Amino acid sequence: MERDDEMIHSAETPALGRKKHFGRYKKPSLSRSKGGTIAIFIFLIMVSVFMVMPMVYTIVQSLKPINEIFLYPPRFFVQQPTLDNFTMMIQLVQDMWVPFERYLFNSLFVAIVGTGLYIVVASMAAYPLSKLKFRYAALYYQIIVWAILFRPEVTRIPQYVIIAKLGLINTYLSIILPVLATSFGVFLMRQFMITVPDEIIEAAKIDGVGHFTMFTRIIMPMVKPAWLTLIIFTFQQLWNTTGGQYIYDETVKMLPTVLQQISSGGIARSGAGAAVALILMIPPITVFIISQSSVMETMAQSGIK
Amino acid sequence: MSAVQSDIKTARKVRRKPSFLKENGPALVFLAPFTLFFFVFTILPILTSIFFSFTYFNMLEPPRLIGFTNYIRMFFDDDVFLIALKNTLIFAFITGPLGYTLSFLFAWLINEFRRGVRSLLTLIFYSPVLAGNVYFIWVFMFSGDAYGLINSTLIKLSLIKEPIQWLTDPKYNFTVVTLVILWLSMGAGFLAFVAGLQSLDRSLFEAGTIDGIKNRFQELWYITLPQMGPQLLFGAVMSIAGAFAVGYESMSITGFPSTDYSTHTLVLHILDFGNMRFEMGYASAVAVFLFALMLLAWWIVSKTLSKLTD
Repeated sequence: MERDDEMIHSAETPALGRKKHFGRYKKPSLSRSKGGTIAIFIFLIMVSVFMVMPMVYTIVQSLKPINEIFLYPPRFFVQQPTLDNFTMMIQLVQDMWVPFERYLFNSLFVAIVGTGLYIVVASMAAYPLSKLKFRYAALYYQIIVWAILFRPEVTRIPQYVIIAKLGLINTYLSIILPVLATSFGVFLMRQFMITVPDEIIEAAKIDGVGHFTMFTRIIMPMVKPAWLTLIIFTFQQLWNTTGGQYIYDETVKMLPTVLQQISSGGIARSGAGAAVALILMIPPITVFIISQSSVMETMAQSGIK
Repeated sequence: MSAVQSDIKTARKVRRKPSFLKENGPALVFLAPFTLFFFVFTILPILTSIFFSFTYFNMLEPPRLIGFTNYIRMFFDDDVFLIALKNTLIFAFITGPLGYTLSFLFAWLINEFRRGVRSLLTLIFYSPVLAGNVYFIWVFMFSGDAYGLINSTLIKLSLIKEPIQWLTDPKYNFTVVTLVILWLSMGAGFLAFVAGLQSLDRSLFEAGTIDGIKNRFQELWYITLPQMGPQLLFGAVMSIAGAFAVGYESMSITGFPSTDYSTHTLVLHILDFGNMRFEMGYASAVAVFLFALMLLAWWIVSKTLSKLTD
C-alpha cells in the first residue's frame, strides 16, 4: 500500500520484511470507505486547481503572441504558442543600463551565501537550546519564540536606522545580516533537535565525544530534514528579495528588480513580464523538489521508534 | 606547600563551585554568532522603536522627547490609523485562524495518500509561497476592465453585465486581498504539519484502534492532535506573524493608497509615515502598538493550544 509503511514495517521486523513486500501490507489503523477517499481526492484536486492557477496563467501568458494578449474576449489558454515574449525579454534586458548577468550574480550570491551562513548559525544556536543545560535557557527560548512574530515588514523602520548607522547601505551584507538575525530558523531547528534521543548523546559523551564533534557528526546528520527545510525557506526568501529597502545602487540590486521594471510597462509588456516571472519561479521550485524527496525519505526513517 | 597539595586544593574548589564559564561555556560558544546578529538586527530595532515612539524624530535632527503625544495622536487625531487598525484586525481574524485551520486540514488530508501523490500535493499547495513574486498575476486576473479573466468569464456566463472594478471598488477589493492572502497561507506552518504528521508514533494509532477509536475524527482529536503539539505551536506563531503583517500584498494588488483606504493596514501606515513622510517617531509608535497586539494574540493562542494538546 504505502511505501513508507512498508519501509517502517520491514525495519521493525527485518525477518518478515522481505515477505511483506510480496503480500499486500495492511495498514493497522482505520480505513476509510472507497467513496470517501474518492470524494477527498476530488476536493483536493479542485483546491489544487485554484492553487496553481496563477502559476499556470503565468506560463500560458508568457507563451502568448501579442495579438492573443489583446484578444477580446480573453482566453485563458494559448492558441498559437510562441517564444516571442522571451526574445522580447532578452531585448529589453540587453537595453538595460546594468547587464542582466549582474542582477543574476547578485541574486545567486546573496541567496547561496546567505542560506549557507544561516544554516550554520541557526543550527549552532539550536544545539545548546535543545540539548545543553545553561543558565537562562528557558528565557532565551521564550525570547526567540516572541521574536518570530516580528517579521522584517514590522521592524523595517528602526532596522533601517541601524543599517544606515553601520554604513551597510548598498552592500550585500545589508540583505544577508538581517536574515542571519531571524529567530524562526533557530526555533525550527530546536524543535527538531529535541527529538534526538538523549541516550544517543549520553552514549557519545561516555565515548569521550566533544561538543564540536557531537554537533557536526551526531546531531546534524540526525536532523537532516530540519536543515533541508530551512534551506528551502531561506533560499526562497533571499531569492525573492529585490534589495529595494537598503540598496539604491542599481549595480547591487537583485533579479526581481528586472521583473518590476519590465512589468511596469503595462499590458503590452505583460507577456515579457510573465516570461521573467516564469524564469524567477523556476529556481526555488527546483530547489524545493530536490530537497523535498530527501525530506520525505528522512522523515519516513525518523518515524521508526 | 607542595604542588600536590595545591592541586588538591584547586580540584576541591572546582568541585565545590563550578564557575559560570565552566558550566555554561560550551552553550555560550554555540550561541555566540546567532546572538550577535539577533541582538543587533532584531532586538535592537525593537528596543529603539520603543524609544523613538516617545520622540519626534525625522532622521535629520536628533530625536526630541515628546512623551505620549504620538500615542494620543494615534487614537484621537488620525482617522486613517483607526481605519488601518480596523482592517488589520479584520484581516488577522479572517486570514489567521482560517489559513491555520486550512493548512492543517490539507496536511491531514494529504497525509492519507501514498508517497508520490503526497509529495505532488505538498508541492502544489506550497507553490504559491515558493513562486514568491507571482501573486501580481492576480492583478491581471482580477483586472477591472472587460479584458480581465474573471470579468470576461462572468460576462460570458451572463452573471454580470458591466465589468466589476475588483481592485478599486471598496465593496470588493477587501475580499480579493483576503482571497490572495489565503492563497499564500500554505507556508512554513503547512510544511511543518505535513512533516509532523509523517513522523507520528504509529504504535499509538494501533493502540487507539484497540481502545475503541471509532472514526477518523476521534483519531484526529485523541491521538493525532496531542502528538502534534510542537508543530501546531510553530504553525500558530507563523500564522500570527503573517496575519498581522498583511500590507505589502494589498499594496501591490489594490495600489497605495487604496480607494478610501479600504485595504490600508497598520504595516502600510508605518511605511507611509516612516518611509515617505520621515516621521520616524510616529511610525515607531504605530509599530510598538502593532508589537503589543501581536504579543497579545500570541499569548491567547499559546494558552489555548497548550490546553488542547495537553
